[in-house]
Order: sequence, then C-alpha cells, then structure tokens
Amino acid sequence: MPRWGMTIDLDRCSGCQACVVACKQENNVPFASAEDLERGRGISWMQVLSTVEGEWPNLRARHLPLPCLHCEKAPCTKVCPVDATHLDSEGFVEQNNARCIGTRYCAQNCPYGVRFFNFRTPEFPERLARALSPDVAVRPRGVIEKCTLCAHRVKRAEEQAYLEGRKELRDGEVTTACAAVCPGQAITFGDLDDPQSRVAKLARSPRAFRLLEELGTEPKVFHLRETRFDEGT
Amino acid sequence: VTDYEPILRPVDRAGRAFWPVVGALLAVIALGASAYATQLRHGLLVTGLSRPVFWGMYILNLIFFIGISYGGTLTSAVLRLVGAEWRRPVARAAEAATVCALLVGAPQPLLDLGRVDRAGWLLLHGKFSSPMLWDVISISTYLLVSAVYLWVALIPDVALLRDRGLGGPLRRALYRALAAGFSGSEPQIRRAQHAMAVLAVLAIPVAVSAHTVLSWVPGLSQKPMWHSALMGPYFVLGAIFSGIATILILLAVLRRVLHLEAFLLREHFEKLGLLMLAMACLWAYFTLAEHLTAAYGQKPDELVVLKEKLVGRYAVPFWIMVGCCFMAPLLLAFRRLRTIACTVAVSALVVVGMWIERFLILIPTEVNPRLRHAPACYFPTWVEWSELGASAAAFVLLLVLFSRLFPVISIWELREDTPRPARGPHGPTEA
Repeated sequence: MPRWGMTIDLDRCSGCQACVVACKQENNVPFASAEDLERGRGISWMQVLSTVEGEWPNLRARHLPLPCLHCEKAPCTKVCPVDATHLDSEGFVEQNNARCIGTRYCAQNCPYGVRFFNFRTPEFPERLARALSPDVAVRPRGVIEKCTLCAHRVKRAEEQAYLEGRKELRDGEVTTACAAVCPGQAITFGDLDDPQSRVAKLARSPRAFRLLEELGTEPKVFHLRETRFDEGT
Repeated sequence: VTDYEPILRPVDRAGRAFWPVVGALLAVIALGASAYATQLRHGLLVTGLSRPVFWGMYILNLIFFIGISYGGTLTSAVLRLVGAEWRRPVARAAEAATVCALLVGAPQPLLDLGRVDRAGWLLLHGKFSSPMLWDVISISTYLLVSAVYLWVALIPDVALLRDRGLGGPLRRALYRALAAGFSGSEPQIRRAQHAMAVLAVLAIPVAVSAHTVLSWVPGLSQKPMWHSALMGPYFVLGAIFSGIATILILLAVLRRVLHLEAFLLREHFEKLGLLMLAMACLWAYFTLAEHLTAAYGQKPDELVVLKEKLVGRYAVPFWIMVGCCFMAPLLLAFRRLRTIACTVAVSALVVVGMWIERFLILIPTEVNPRLRHAPACYFPTWVEWSELGASAAAFVLLLVLFSRLFPVISIWELREDTPRPARGPHGPTEA
C-alpha cells in the first residue's frame, strides 16, 4: 500500500501562485468576492504565504506554498465528533463532506490553518459551472473542506493501472494539479514508502523539513528550505 | 417565621407585573428567533465568524450559561452535605436557576453548527475520541441530574399545592403528576431524604465534570494559551463564581418582587457574598498563575496572545474584567458594604466580567494562530447579539414561569415540624 506524500522545494518557488489557480480549477473551489476575502471567508486549498523581510534595498521575499500537510498524527481527525475526517489507508487525510456537521473543531485544531469552512453556498459563473471537474463533488454550505492531495487523480490512475493489468503505479505516473502546473517544478508528489521514488529521495534531503515539526504532527508534505547563493545544493 | 403564606401567594395569584414582563421577554426571544431565521437562510455568513476565528458568540454563550448554572445544584449540594442550615431558603431558587440556565445553555452549540440539520449524527455517528462528544454526554447527564435533584426537593411542596387544589385543571394535573403520590407519610419522607442525600453526592462530580469537559474542548487542543492543564479547574471555578453572582441577583429580585423579605434575609446575602469574595480571590489566583506561566515561559506563540490581552487589542476588556471579577468583589470584604444593594451591584459586575473572561479565553487565541495567514479580528454581528439577548431573556422567562408555578422557597424544608435531620448509618440523611 503506498503512502502518498509531497515535497515542495522553496528554492524553486517564485511565488507565482499558478498552483493556487490550478488547485481551484481542479477541485471546483468557488471564487470569493473581495469582501469575503477581506473577512476571512475565502477558500483556497493551496495557499502561498508570502513575506518580505529586511529593509530596502536589502529585501528578501519568501514564499511558502501551503496545502493540507496530510499529517500522519493529524490533530484534526481525532477531534471530529462524527468521524467526518480520518487518515485513510493510503495516507490521505480524508474529509467526508456528506458526514460533516460543521462544528469546525477540526479547523480549530489544525495548527497550519489549511481547513476551510463553507460560509456560502458555492456559486460559479455560468461558463465555469458547465466546466466543473467531474471527479470532485462541489461542497455544500456549512461544511469543512480542504486539500485532498488530489486523491481523485490517484484513484483514476489506479483504475487505469488495473485495466492495464498492473498492481502498482509507476513513480511519476500520477501527480497533483498544483505539481503539474508549477513552472519551477517545485512540487513533487509520490509514494513516500517507495525508497526509490523521487519524492522519497527529496524527503531525505538535508534541506527537507516539516512545518511546526515540534508539534509532533508528522506531516507527509515536506518543504525543502532555500539555499543561499554561495551554498551548494 | 411561621407564616408561609407569602411564599405561596405568587403561585396563587400572578402579580401585576407578570404579564407585561412575560410579554417583554417573549418579544426579545422573538427577535432572537428572527435572527436565527436569518442565519438559517444565509448560513453562518451573517455572524462575525471567519477563518481563523471559527468559534465566537455561540460557544462563548454555551460556556457562559453552563457556567452560571453552577450557583445552583452544585452549591446547594455542597451546602447540603456540609449541613449549612442557612441554605434552606435559598436552595430552591438556586436549583431552579441551574435547570433554567442549562436548558438555555445546552442547546447553544446547535446555533453554532454549520449543518444543524445533521445534528442527530452526533448520536448516530458519534466518535468517542472527540471531546465534543464527551461534552454532549456530560452536559446532558448534568441537566438530567439537576432536574431530578430539583424535582425530588420539590415533591413535598408540590404535594402541598396539589392538596390545596391551586390553579386550573392543567396545573392541577401537573401538580398531581409531579407530586408522584406523595402523602407526607413517615416512610415517604425518609425515602425522599435518602434520595436527596444520594443525589447531592452524585450531583457534585457530575456538575464538576460538565464544565471540566467543556474546558477540554479548547483545552486539549494545541493552540497557544488554550493548551493548559489549568483550563478545567479554571472553568469550574469561574463557573461557581459567576453562578453565585447570578443566584445573588436572582434572590434579590425574588425578594423584592415576590415580597419575600421575611425569608431572604441580609444574612443570606452576606454569606453568599462572602462565598463570592472567596471565589474572586481564587479566580485572581488562577488568572495570575495562568498568565504568569505564559509570560515567564516566553514561548513566542503564547507571548503574542498574552500581549494582545495585557497591552494589545484586548487590553481594555481585559482590565475591565479584572476590575469586575476581582476589584469589585473586594468591596465585600468590608462588613459595612455587605448590604443587599451593594452585594447585588457587585454580582452584576461579576456576571458581566465573567462573560468578558470567556470572550478573552476564546478570541485572542483564535485571532493569533501559529501560522499567521492574514490579520484577523472578531466582532459579533447583530444576529449574534440577538441570540445573546434572546438566551438571557429565555433564562429569565423560564425563571419567571417557575416562580409562577412553584414556591421559590422550600416550604417543607423551612417548616419547624419537618423531622429534624436524623443521622442514619449512611451519614447525614438530612434533606
């Protein structure tokens, strides 16, 4: 059984937000008005947190792409009173939209702030509504949603492999929407349990770290820290 | 005092203010209902909630109303077990206040649910690892035990009402049912007293568990300044504190409106006032311990929240809270200030202060998450304020109805001819 995970190389991230857009498109995430964004009601499964450090002219921009980290010891799953979210056998932290009753306890207990509450009934402009992704259900108002690590893409690839008589997927055969569009190829998706996979090798890199590691959540999304120009990779 | 008629008079005849008060309270509740209709139509969009402030007024009111219930059953049970005789005239009203506060407080999370239509799934699909499920269990147990406790202590008095044939056919049927065939015979009285003693012992852990488990909902998370072992005791203590303040206000109102000056004496207000003063000192001690630990430990995430509270955006409510919950009760240390009026004024400040305290436990932590995405703030909207108003009105209305239907002072416990406490093999079985 694979254990899906991801690495995000901060050295390769330019903060272009292509991953954010691709994710919205792939997963039928509705647009938010400027007012909703201002009031913290927007939804974006993939976020890029950007900060600018230092004083002009010695500035340094930093970008941190942040999807759901699919923690091995996810603090969000154990607090759900109706078992609407849990770690599945392939390592995805699943969110069951039909079960969720909207207590938002999971969102409270997620230290990364990657869980979103549907304050509105999702609405799509006419032309987009006709082009919704068929593999992802649109979430109703009043429930929590979050990044699935494109589990539907994995499912589809597994079905294809089955039809071709293969038991397992080849490394790189399936990837997430954010990884697919990243112009810097900063994002790598794959099976962390396969020591030969690209993602497993990157996760073993000395540059690899996990956000808020000290909380013991054991994320399966690793970030690779930036290097200085005079430092080799 | 041997004439108990003043206690029965309000049950017999409604006062002149009864219907206007009921009407006004219903109007406030109707406002809350219309606000809720708005929320059902538009969802939680109509509240001030956002990401990362996922919980606001409704969870705050849950904690607040469950909190003010602590002046009743728990306090009454403790005083009963230690044999404090002065509790007799105040216990009934306090126990009724517990049940009323719980009836208002317990459903608050339903206002907060994103999908209230799926609330039943808490029972169908409940997952025991969630403190929220523990909450459902402990609060409903607490409500059940408190209601039974109130009822058992009420039986002899209801039997009296039944025998007098008070009220119309509906009320007479109610009294007949609640009196449960009580005739005042010796074995019945002994059984009732025994039940009271058992219930009093049972009520204490059940009551303590309710607010402890409630505190664990935020307290067991890893959020800065929520993740603290002190949360449980802090919540329970704050609950008793605000509960006693509520009871003091209630007793003063009942005393004035129902003309019970002969039963509710300055002595009762003094004693409860001193108990509240003791709670204020303990509250200050807990508050100091909690905040000093955060300050001295200097974990950056916690310091951000702490600074917001002490000197930042929440400094004004924080210091108002300290004034209301600690400075004001200190006045009661002076005997000359322990008048009924002064005690009630201090109690009102304590109730307000403890509401602010709950706000300050929840909100500053929520607006300062570990990973800061964007600046966050929270201010309740008119919908949420309406729900607070409607909840308070519902609490008062339930008490008004209770005082119309039942004697707010336990007549049988006051009666001189009630059998004196007998020390049986099971300890004090005095009821």
